[in-house]
Amino acid sequence: MPELNLTSTPAHLRHGSNIGQPLTRRDGILKVTGRATYAADNHPPGMLFAVMAVSSISRGRVVSLDVAAAKRHPGVVDVMTHDHKPRLAIDPEVKTNPFVFRMEVLQSNEVRYANQPIAVVIAETLEAATEGAVLLAPRYEVQSARVGLDAGESFVPPVVGVGNPAEHRHGDIEAGLASAEKQIDAIYETPPQYHNAMEPHAIVASWDGDNLSVDMPTQGLMLSLARIAELFGIAHDKIHIRSPFLGGGFGSKGLMAGPQVLGVMAAKLVGKPVKLVLRREQMYGPVGHRAPTRQRLRIGADGEGRLTALDHHARTVSSTFDDFYEPAADASHTLYAAPAIRTSHDAVRVNSGTPLFMRAPGEATGSIALESAIDEMAWACGMDPLAFRLKNYAEVEPITGKPFSSKALRACYEQGAARFGWTKRPLRPRQMRDDAGLLVGWGMGTATFPALMFQAEARAVLRRDGSGAMEIGAHDMGQGAWTALAQIAADELGLDIDRVEFKAGSSDLPDAGIAGGSAHTATAGAAIRSAGAAVIAKLADLATSDERSPLFGAGNAGVIARDGRLLRRDDESRGESYSDILARAGVAEVEARGTGAPNPAAMEEYAMHAHGAVFAEVKVDPVLGQVRVTRMAGAFAAGRIVNPRMVQSQLFGGMIWGLSFALHEEAITDRRTGRIMNANLGEYHIPVNADVPPLDVITVEEHDPHVNALGIKGVGEIGITGSAGAVANAVWHATGVRVRRFPIRIEELLTRR
Amino acid sequence: MKPFDYVRPASVAAAVAAAAQPGAVFLAAGTNLLDLMKGGVSRPDRLVDVTHLDGLDQIETLGDGSLRIGALVSNADLAHDAEFARSYPAVAEALLSGASAQLRNAATVGGNLLQRTRCAYFYDTASRCNKREPGSGCDARDGENRGHAVLGWTESCIATHPSDFCVPLVALDAMVEIEGRGGRREVALDQLHRLPGDTPERDSVLEPGDLIVAVRLPPAARGFAAHARYLKVRERTSYAFAVVSAAAALRIESGMIVEARLALGGVAAKPWRARAAEDVLKNVSPTADAFQEAAWRALTDAKPSGDNAFKIELARRIVVRALTLAAAGTPARIPALPASPFAATSGADHA
Repeated sequence: MPELNLTSTPAHLRHGSNIGQPLTRRDGILKVTGRATYAADNHPPGMLFAVMAVSSISRGRVVSLDVAAAKRHPGVVDVMTHDHKPRLAIDPEVKTNPFVFRMEVLQSNEVRYANQPIAVVIAETLEAATEGAVLLAPRYEVQSARVGLDAGESFVPPVVGVGNPAEHRHGDIEAGLASAEKQIDAIYETPPQYHNAMEPHAIVASWDGDNLSVDMPTQGLMLSLARIAELFGIAHDKIHIRSPFLGGGFGSKGLMAGPQVLGVMAAKLVGKPVKLVLRREQMYGPVGHRAPTRQRLRIGADGEGRLTALDHHARTVSSTFDDFYEPAADASHTLYAAPAIRTSHDAVRVNSGTPLFMRAPGEATGSIALESAIDEMAWACGMDPLAFRLKNYAEVEPITGKPFSSKALRACYEQGAARFGWTKRPLRPRQMRDDAGLLVGWGMGTATFPALMFQAEARAVLRRDGSGAMEIGAHDMGQGAWTALAQIAADELGLDIDRVEFKAGSSDLPDAGIAGGSAHTATAGAAIRSAGAAVIAKLADLATSDERSPLFGAGNAGVIARDGRLLRRDDESRGESYSDILARAGVAEVEARGTGAPNPAAMEEYAMHAHGAVFAEVKVDPVLGQVRVTRMAGAFAAGRIVNPRMVQSQLFGGMIWGLSFALHEEAITDRRTGRIMNANLGEYHIPVNADVPPLDVITVEEHDPHVNALGIKGVGEIGITGSAGAVANAVWHATGVRVRRFPIRIEELLTRR
Repeated sequence: MKPFDYVRPASVAAAVAAAAQPGAVFLAAGTNLLDLMKGGVSRPDRLVDVTHLDGLDQIETLGDGSLRIGALVSNADLAHDAEFARSYPAVAEALLSGASAQLRNAATVGGNLLQRTRCAYFYDTASRCNKREPGSGCDARDGENRGHAVLGWTESCIATHPSDFCVPLVALDAMVEIEGRGGRREVALDQLHRLPGDTPERDSVLEPGDLIVAVRLPPAARGFAAHARYLKVRERTSYAFAVVSAAAALRIESGMIVEARLALGGVAAKPWRARAAEDVLKNVSPTADAFQEAAWRALTDAKPSGDNAFKIELARRIVVRALTLAAAGTPARIPALPASPFAATSGADHA
């Protein structure tokens, strides 16, 4: 891997602290000049190409593969199959911890879903390997596929999401509904969706004896390393994974995926470095997806528009061989105050890959249903949707009764509505037209996402030349970790960002946890803060105990680190540069480690969530039914904003995803075979530029003293929530047609002339 | 990938000879063919690259007033030819509503005509498809088929032809010049594509070795320039195939329609010329009633082939709208969102 030289590019101006500055991406120039090395850009000497053959059936067995034909093809070196593969140290079906999901690494000839890997062809060229995979001409014993939300007997899953109970009850739902003046009972459906990161899953793996070198995109370096170690029975320190850049992950690269393990196995089988890159269509199966849901919402409200009951049930699916349940109904836990709230889930098993975390798992699917239902209830009560939401504003977390660590949602509503011009919205639908006669509608949705934290470690160094280093195995999926975390590092080291060597994206650095749950900046940032404080403390010890230092004896008063100098807290005119302190002490550098983790006491005391309000305008052709979003404004309160430019981009991306959820995205599954019929970016629609309107993002000031030491809540996922519902509600407001099946299709809007 | 021969003949005659053997196909921009090859849908033995042939990239006005467009002219170059766009505005609008800017820069006129259906079952080699594998059956018929044909389909195939470009072309009586083993011949575009019948594997009337060298618009086609539009309803604002589209072109004199042309896209295995609808618009005033009548006539024979009954109603509405827009007059400039229901409202610089 070429040396990353991020510190020299690009030039920037700093005013005061680093945190809070809208620095441009420090890796931006590398990326736009093509010098950022992604996993598949690596070509170690002697490297061979591996191509997966995948199943075209979704249930049954592979009964034959024409391995001989594949091997006869010029350039093919070997064919890895169920019968011919390196031994693994443990059975991949064994779940060694809750973050291990079952994968298909040729452990049997069973087929559990379409696009499951059934063989790997290794060849001297990509073309030879590709043709070798075709020549395998698999034959199957086919069993009937289980497809869709009604595929079989439903059951209540043991847990949903990550360890959440499948059901929550608070208050008496039936009594709340019985006492209600208005009731809504509606069913919403969301389709299967696939992450479709721009960069496909890829791996370049090289074995040298027991040592394994890996280039692959991952959102969880240490989780991947641990998985490889247990599967191949090698010590952690024998493995080195490099993941400096990801072309998007969205949850699909959080855990080691089967195809990436196959790359490591293939390299072992042939004794040479091997590259394996998934084709786009192969990403529709073995690397996770968002499960479909069917959600029933029953809501009651009294004569004043106050909720009396909120009952949210979600049906979802998991695979036939593992458990992940989209926690869609959990979206109703935190947003609206109601004396009775129940959330529940059931599921069926289908022949698909196991669903997994996909950007805002649970919140995205649940939010579009909840926000639609709240909009329906506001209309039933004859109330403006914003007024209705304010009437039911949760002052404390509804089910737990805990106070919020901070909640600037009122300010989000206010500032978002003002920016959008919401007060001019007519209450009734189908009232607005533009000059061309198109129907115009305005809708809104509330955004929410929990403020999570995981565990991380960092190592900080201060050097005699006045520079510093911060090391953390953090992950930049494109969200800007190279920049934002370096900004935190610079502040904590009391240095300008250009004086800090920031190292990330490699498994030989301290464990940064997982880049997921919108928690990476908070978690890695906390570790960086703690390591920075520790190394400054060491430096201060050197100075304050040295009678030749102007800081001698300042131990009690304390010191401040700023611009490469330590200053007496009670007298900033007395200070000394880091270089002078280290030079006089005769040491080249001082180093220290720190950790970041959630604070259980604070979590016990407070409910911690980011919030937001999204407003959308759509235009709909009244006759032809085609929809276009023409304006969106979102106001978000997510605690402290480390880099406003990166945060704005994250929120833009989330809002666009929300638009996509409401209007575009859907994996179309053949109901007979379980094959996905639009597994390509031509037919699996996501918004193109012409679908994305001018977006307006406001970050609302929010100071949170409890959530973590830096006051960061995270912005990776919240942008989807609220936005999808806002677009759906705007379509209703434009047309008077309430579509409850997503994405909203043209034919649903052809019902009137 | 499957090994294949790649040849680059020096002349049209040599190209025809090279492509006449079984397993040979022409390669122009490859915007469709290469995807088909990567997916194993098409596995040719020989690619005959025609991109370097001389004389096929010209746009020329002939002595009789017709326009001849070389088969290798790119979609983008044709659409952005100012004189072309002025004379045949609906064709330019259709071109610019298709694919993406990158694809339009590459894709050629001849290739556009011969692109294959986007039926997902044609692309999925594990599915039965009579077009891909004659006699194997049609898995689209009882499958996920809300985008499939509502006109001209048979039990053997319900696929549609995806081209936007062909829709106004067929309305304007475009002719296709073909160089074949027997020399040069001409076929009306309306006769180029075949309905599936029980031989859906044959998309067109072309014989092995036949090379489209040009598309010609007859002199009369210019007569519609003042009242010609293309309208395309799709599931996102750009880079999507039509759910249904229509090209409408009118000659209006003294407030009366003297002649009407109408064709539909996304509804059949070929660009669908609606002559019965054209007939009812002859010598009538351009009124909403007349357009409604035309719409009913255009879809008289339509029937759903699956979960797509909505396309029939949508097609009627599109016909009415396209005729209404055409009657209102061709806009001075092609809209920023060509052929879109949102064409009249701004908000994007391009599609």
